[in-house]
Amino acid sequence: MTERSLPADGASLEAPSAGRGRVSSGFGRYLFKHVSGAAVSLLLVLFSSFFIFRLIAGDPIDQLTKERPVSAEQRAAMRAELGLDRPLWQQFWDYIAGTLTMDLGESFQYRRPIFDLIVERLPATLLLSGTGMVLAVLLGFWIGTRSGWKQGSRFDKGHVATGLVLYSAPTFWLGMIVILIFARYLGLFPVNGMRSPSTPPDFWSQAVDIGHHLVLPVLTYTAVVYAGYLMIMRSSILDELGSDYLTTARAKGLRDDEVRQRHAVPNALLPTVTLVFLALGSVVNGSIVTETVFSWPGLGTLFVNSIFYPDRPVLQALFVLFSSSTILAVLCAEILYWFIDPRIRRS
Amino acid sequence: MTTTTVSPRALRRARRRQSFARSWASYRSQRTGVIGLVLLGAIVILALAAPILIDESALSVTRATGGRMAPPSAEYPLGTDETGRSILALTLWGSRLSLVIGLTATVVAIVIGTAVGVTSGHIGGWYGWIALRLSDWFMVLPSLVVAIALLAVLGRSMATTITVIALVSWPGTTRLVRAQTLTVQSRPYLERAKALGAGHWHQMTKHILPNVLPLVLASATLLVPSAILMESSLAWLGLGDPSVVSWGSILNRASENGAVSAHAWWYLLPPGLAILVVVLAFMMCGRALEAVFNPRLRGES
Amino acid sequence: MTLLEFKDLHVTYRGSRGRLPAVRGVDLRVDAGETLGIAGESGCGKSTLAMAVLRLLPKSAEVSGEILLDGEDLLKMGWGRLRAVRWTGASIVFQGAMHSLNAVQRIGRQIAEPILVHEAKTTPAAAAKRAEALLERVGLPPSRARSFPHELSGGQRQRVMIAMALACDPDLIIADEATTALDVMVQAQVLRLISDLVTERGVGLVMISHDLSVLSAVCDRAAVMYAGRIVEEGPAHEVFAHARHPYSAALGAAFPVIGDPAARMNPGGLAGDPPDPARLPQGCSFRPRCAVAVERCGAESPELLEVGSARVSACFVAQEGMPVVL
Repeated sequence: MTERSLPADGASLEAPSAGRGRVSSGFGRYLFKHVSGAAVSLLLVLFSSFFIFRLIAGDPIDQLTKERPVSAEQRAAMRAELGLDRPLWQQFWDYIAGTLTMDLGESFQYRRPIFDLIVERLPATLLLSGTGMVLAVLLGFWIGTRSGWKQGSRFDKGHVATGLVLYSAPTFWLGMIVILIFARYLGLFPVNGMRSPSTPPDFWSQAVDIGHHLVLPVLTYTAVVYAGYLMIMRSSILDELGSDYLTTARAKGLRDDEVRQRHAVPNALLPTVTLVFLALGSVVNGSIVTETVFSWPGLGTLFVNSIFYPDRPVLQALFVLFSSSTILAVLCAEILYWFIDPRIRRS
Repeated sequence: MTTTTVSPRALRRARRRQSFARSWASYRSQRTGVIGLVLLGAIVILALAAPILIDESALSVTRATGGRMAPPSAEYPLGTDETGRSILALTLWGSRLSLVIGLTATVVAIVIGTAVGVTSGHIGGWYGWIALRLSDWFMVLPSLVVAIALLAVLGRSMATTITVIALVSWPGTTRLVRAQTLTVQSRPYLERAKALGAGHWHQMTKHILPNVLPLVLASATLLVPSAILMESSLAWLGLGDPSVVSWGSILNRASENGAVSAHAWWYLLPPGLAILVVVLAFMMCGRALEAVFNPRLRGES
Repeated sequence: MTLLEFKDLHVTYRGSRGRLPAVRGVDLRVDAGETLGIAGESGCGKSTLAMAVLRLLPKSAEVSGEILLDGEDLLKMGWGRLRAVRWTGASIVFQGAMHSLNAVQRIGRQIAEPILVHEAKTTPAAAAKRAEALLERVGLPPSRARSFPHELSGGQRQRVMIAMALACDPDLIIADEATTALDVMVQAQVLRLISDLVTERGVGLVMISHDLSVLSAVCDRAAVMYAGRIVEEGPAHEVFAHARHPYSAALGAAFPVIGDPAARMNPGGLAGDPPDPARLPQGCSFRPRCAVAVERCGAESPELLEVGSARVSACFVAQEGMPVVL
């Protein structure tokens, strides 16, 4: 599942390509290398989305007119309206130009510009997965650090076991169980959606209502995702455990927790920065399943609903948006890496 | 010098046997790994024995005899679904499909990943560069998004599900294999083989592959659970093969038919727990295997 | 006045292969302002001895005996007291400065850190000033405080380690293979720096090395360790030039004298490996590699006994007054 990435203890925490190649001449070259790489990746995404949705998917007119008898003239008119009567290369060019100018076309099912749909639904997604991601990263790193530091302790074993079990649970199933227990049986939280129609329109009532709706989705999302960060941080700390600089720090008379926080954690965090940024990328796309379980009105639900309509332009636009957000997040991680790891700058 | 002559082949076999015995001893010393293996064995036996335990006719909607979403009873120990079929039968039979899809997709992914990894590491040049970039690109793409998009256009069937899962899982293996290939490549015996006139094919199959394979198998153990999770998510979203029963598709029917609002916990728990246990068992085995190949993790300091 | 004293120190590691004795009954003392060298092959227990002083050994190590620092037994200290003594009572210049320094922290901060830990009244700015002064003292420009470890050369990093060791004005500095990884010219510079600082500040020094010539250049006294025991001790140049234990003799001969034809025709060194600590030979543990062993060596383990003025040796042959080299 895309929502998680769990390396086992030994998975090498490879830095972005930044860690691999040694940069010979300064930030400019480093930046150019990664920005151009990202640009090529983005172009590939555009190209492949065109390929998948226009070429493999078949005639969009068939999809649009399913179950309705339409005359050949009507079909031709629709074709012309959608620009499908033009040569393929021109369609491709229009598509690229349109995407770059934020003109993403119109949704089949809502009959509205896709750009507006995305802008409308993005905040809900960011709220849910942003909150969940921050919680998951903080919780995972906090527990992972302590777990790795005291490898083999009861704390370590207990948390690794809990994390693994939650990680092994399918998100949608966990969501259904959470709804069953906390909403259906206990009635503590709403079953789904983001707000109740009966809430007064003032800001505070709305905020409280949304917060109330937010609890269960965030709980589900965090529960499934945090174990990944726990394991990553734990294995990163384990990598540092026997290091000589920690002995130096101990010899200096630092307390055990000072040795951990001041010396082990900064070193262990370095390789995880990439992952945090990858996580930021998946804030946009990472909650597809969670949103669907809770009928949360975000991009994920839009994506899933578009499958069955089928609303090809929306699928295509979201595919591009989701993919490019991760590519850009990786690029940010690579750039940031230059600043935080002094070792990359070595020439 | 010893006077007994041992054929190189026998020597190699003996050495492999020895290293296997060492790995096995090291694996056995990890309790979680052993538990995972036992769990996995039990699940596989149950899946294989499903036709003996419960007749396939129990899956038929038309021949179902139970009540509509009835709670557990003596006749239906895990209750029934909305058509009156036994949840126990569905879950037991569902294991076959979930395992088959998870394993097949992993095998396909591993084969592609290893082939691309070894060749790109060994041959290098333009080909190697492009293969590396391509796998990096695939790696960055959000896999569930890609899988959904592809299934949406390719149509729903077991074959497409397997293809799509394999397609989003191969780049990890490629990276691992490529790195390992580059390491092996720099070892002196490969220089020697090259100097003796070994061709690319010989070098790749006789020298690189045997060195890469153990690592690949260890990582495959961790690919299977993510393939199973991916399959269940896709099936739950309604993108699975409509003609077969898998754990994900059972849960898809459960949520489409309002099992949550009907408080039908017996409909939700068995398939979900089954996924959880299988995934967990694979993860336990995979982590233990990783520890075998990476002694730092065994906690000996 | 005695600064540091080991009394019947034993260190045993518990491992997957069972219990491995690393230090087996060491008695040793260092007076205030005195310099003591400890020599031996890798694995003889000399680094374990160094780490035992500040109780930095891993949990798997069992330590018994006494380690008296200024008359106070380190092994009986509570954690709080031990932390207070670390770096203020004794500090360590570790081997391999690249790994002993934190790679992602500027070196100025690393030098200032112990000052801030131990002197509650010092402000960060004052500590930074002192760090710069220390850098200057070890021959580095104060601006280097803003560098990261990887930006320095090996010799510079070792100087940083020395500056760091001086930060809290300890009475004792332990240098564990402090110059081993450096090339010869840099090694000589760093050694001179250490000697100067020791005389200038009057601190005690325990210098650990496998290289007897390094020790004889810096130290007043030298002790030679073999398989977890002291086998010979005495004035450093005496031990180096006129060994009274066959192992010290071999260790001294392992470094050829340049230009000496005798050394060229008859390269020094010692056949065989140090004994496996899990299976120590009976009697003298050096016997299997010894050229002058007598019958008694296989039966009993020799004690460390006086063999001359201020010299002790754990060799039956030397104790009889016989030569230890063929």
